Amino acid sequence: MMDRNTHSRRKLVSGAMTLITAACAIAAIIVLVLILTYIAAKGLTTINYEFLTDTPKPVGEGGGIGNAIMGSALMTLLATAIGLPIGIGAGVYLAEFGENIFGNTVRFLADTLIGVPSIIVGIFIYTLIVLPMGRQSGLAGALSLAIIMIPIVARTTEEMIRLVPQSMREGALALGAPQWRVTWNIVMPAAASGIATGAMLSIARISGETAPLLFTALNSRFYNYFFDQPMASLTVQIYNYATGPFEIEHQMAWAATLILVGLILVINVLVRFLTKKKY
Amino acid sequence: METRIIDRKLDVLRDKLLLLGGTTEKAVYLAMRSLVERDSDLARKVIEDDKIINAMELEIDQMSVEILALQQPAAHDLRFVISVAKITPILERIADHAANIAEASLIINNEPEVMPNVELPRMAEIAGEMLQRALDAFTSEDAKVSKEVIKRDKAIDKAYNKVFDKLTKLMIDNPSVTNGAAHLLFVAKHLERIGDYVKDICEMNVYLIEAAFIKHKSKV
Amino acid sequence: MGDKISIKNLNFYYGKNQALYDISMKIPEREVMAFVGPSGCGKSTFLRVFNRMNDTIPYARVEGEVKIDGKNIYKTKTDVVALRRKVGMVFQKSNPFPKSIFENVAYGIRINKMHSGKKDLADRVEKALRDAALWDEVSDRLNTSAFGLSGGQQQRLCIARALAVQPEVILMDEPASALDPIATQKIEELVVELKKKYTIVIVTHNMQQAARISDKTAFFMLGKLIEVNPTEKMFTNPDDELTEDYITGRFG
Repeated sequence: MMDRNTHSRRKLVSGAMTLITAACAIAAIIVLVLILTYIAAKGLTTINYEFLTDTPKPVGEGGGIGNAIMGSALMTLLATAIGLPIGIGAGVYLAEFGENIFGNTVRFLADTLIGVPSIIVGIFIYTLIVLPMGRQSGLAGALSLAIIMIPIVARTTEEMIRLVPQSMREGALALGAPQWRVTWNIVMPAAASGIATGAMLSIARISGETAPLLFTALNSRFYNYFFDQPMASLTVQIYNYATGPFEIEHQMAWAATLILVGLILVINVLVRFLTKKKY
Repeated sequence: METRIIDRKLDVLRDKLLLLGGTTEKAVYLAMRSLVERDSDLARKVIEDDKIINAMELEIDQMSVEILALQQPAAHDLRFVISVAKITPILERIADHAANIAEASLIINNEPEVMPNVELPRMAEIAGEMLQRALDAFTSEDAKVSKEVIKRDKAIDKAYNKVFDKLTKLMIDNPSVTNGAAHLLFVAKHLERIGDYVKDICEMNVYLIEAAFIKHKSKV
Repeated sequence: MGDKISIKNLNFYYGKNQALYDISMKIPEREVMAFVGPSGCGKSTFLRVFNRMNDTIPYARVEGEVKIDGKNIYKTKTDVVALRRKVGMVFQKSNPFPKSIFENVAYGIRINKMHSGKKDLADRVEKALRDAALWDEVSDRLNTSAFGLSGGQQQRLCIARALAVQPEVILMDEPASALDPIATQKIEELVVELKKKYTIVIVTHNMQQAARISDKTAFFMLGKLIEVNPTEKMFTNPDDELTEDYITGRFG
């Protein structure tokens, strides 16, 4: 027989705990909401067609971030084109065949690389590409982003593939499927949405990177479609505007930030929509 | 080894069967005594008690079915339940024969005595002894004894033939005893049947112990 | 009828641990052979010897002889892919692929290139689904996800998937252990039906199931084959006392 007192005390504790966790949840998202509203409030008024399409101009003459958006898009695209296949391939290897010393080494190094500050990656590419080429370039920028991306994609891919039940692999093997086919058309599709989530996260991560681009892609005041030339990017442009002395530049920084956050949001939603489980 | 649920049920089932066996044995014995001692009251009691035996049979049947359905016995357990389920109606029929003997004794007791002239008590003795040994062999799961008892049935058959000859001769020699002798003949037939039934019990014993059906096979 | 599989002096090791000890037995063609025994007795390991499913486990090692149709499947020249096509398998937990019902059944046909065109593929899929007694339940939704099926249907889909590659032997590893009695009964009826065409080896924990559907039963304990006998003998009068103790629930 439970004591009435005990009962009401338990109810009280339970209620309190629910409240505390709810408060934590609110605290977690309230920061995000505050940031978003603040950015929106600060940046929204500056955004117009000209701002989105024009190139930067001297202070007071208007100008925009069109070339920076383009540059970011190009470099992210190239980085993804390089980093995604390598990352996914490495992840598949680690998950399916990586139970050996080599696999463990790769896993360890990937984890280390994830932890390395991105500016170090920038310096690395600076030494390896920029110095020999004699100038900063979009290629160098994209490569540094790819290097940041690869270990993230590899590890998330590995985790996602490991989540595919062993029984599913066995089912395919038992039908006479060779190992590579099992991986390719049973395991990979089963892990597809997880892998895509990892890819999406890594794309979001690199599109917000500034430090490595400062060394590698530098910046450009013009629309530039060639990877051997310095290239503008949203993040570096934000950095430049934000560190400028004039209020109008700060406003443009806020606006560019809003665009960046908006783009990342769009990527998120898009991938989520595309990878919605079909089966 | 821990006790299984089914062990307790099987123990109860065994006890019930042995009780039925003992009661049947007693019914045969008392029926014969009512005949030998010309005790009609005893005969009526045997007839009356047959109802108890019928009730016992029903109870064992129900319990066997219940164990089969709920415990799903296998191997020795299965053979045990099957044996009990098959021995039970045999015992009941033996008891019916005992009641029939008692009924005959009610008639014979009102006729001139022909009893001392025949070997009926000897037959009854053999039948009783067979039944007792068969039930003992069931309890101790002794196949050897069971097979011996099966052979013993020949002695009853032999005795029956002797009794038959004697009684028919008696009827020809002295027509006044015909009625009593004819009923004695029935009694002899009942005892002979009891012997056959005991044989069936022993065959089930052998099934229980050796998982072999020896029924309808000439060589044991 | 002849023997489909014959095993001679089979020993099996996981690294240093021996899982199966000197097993010799024969599995007759077009019969149902049931493997029973307490958990960890090696019956599943033994089952996986027949399609070399243990190959996927590192450090697993086989000694001895396993012949299917007279050919030793552990010879180095053995084509494991062909072997697995011939010896199908159904697992304890139904494991449909994340594909449509149709594609699940078509998978094995496709990877083994058994079909001669779209129509032929569809015919083969239908036949497999019919043989697995599932066609009537799914014919109107072949292109929907296999995960939309009930547990019992999923398991029959896995059976259909195995049948589609036209195996000769079907291995079943506790195929009904996760199913309710009605779904179980359907699987059991299916097994009895399938033995007309296939040799079936089934691992089961359910004694009654082994009794109901198998022609022969083999009892394993601690990696050893204790007894193999016709099922009715096994369940009424087993030769070995250990078998008796196990099937009457004295241990295990």
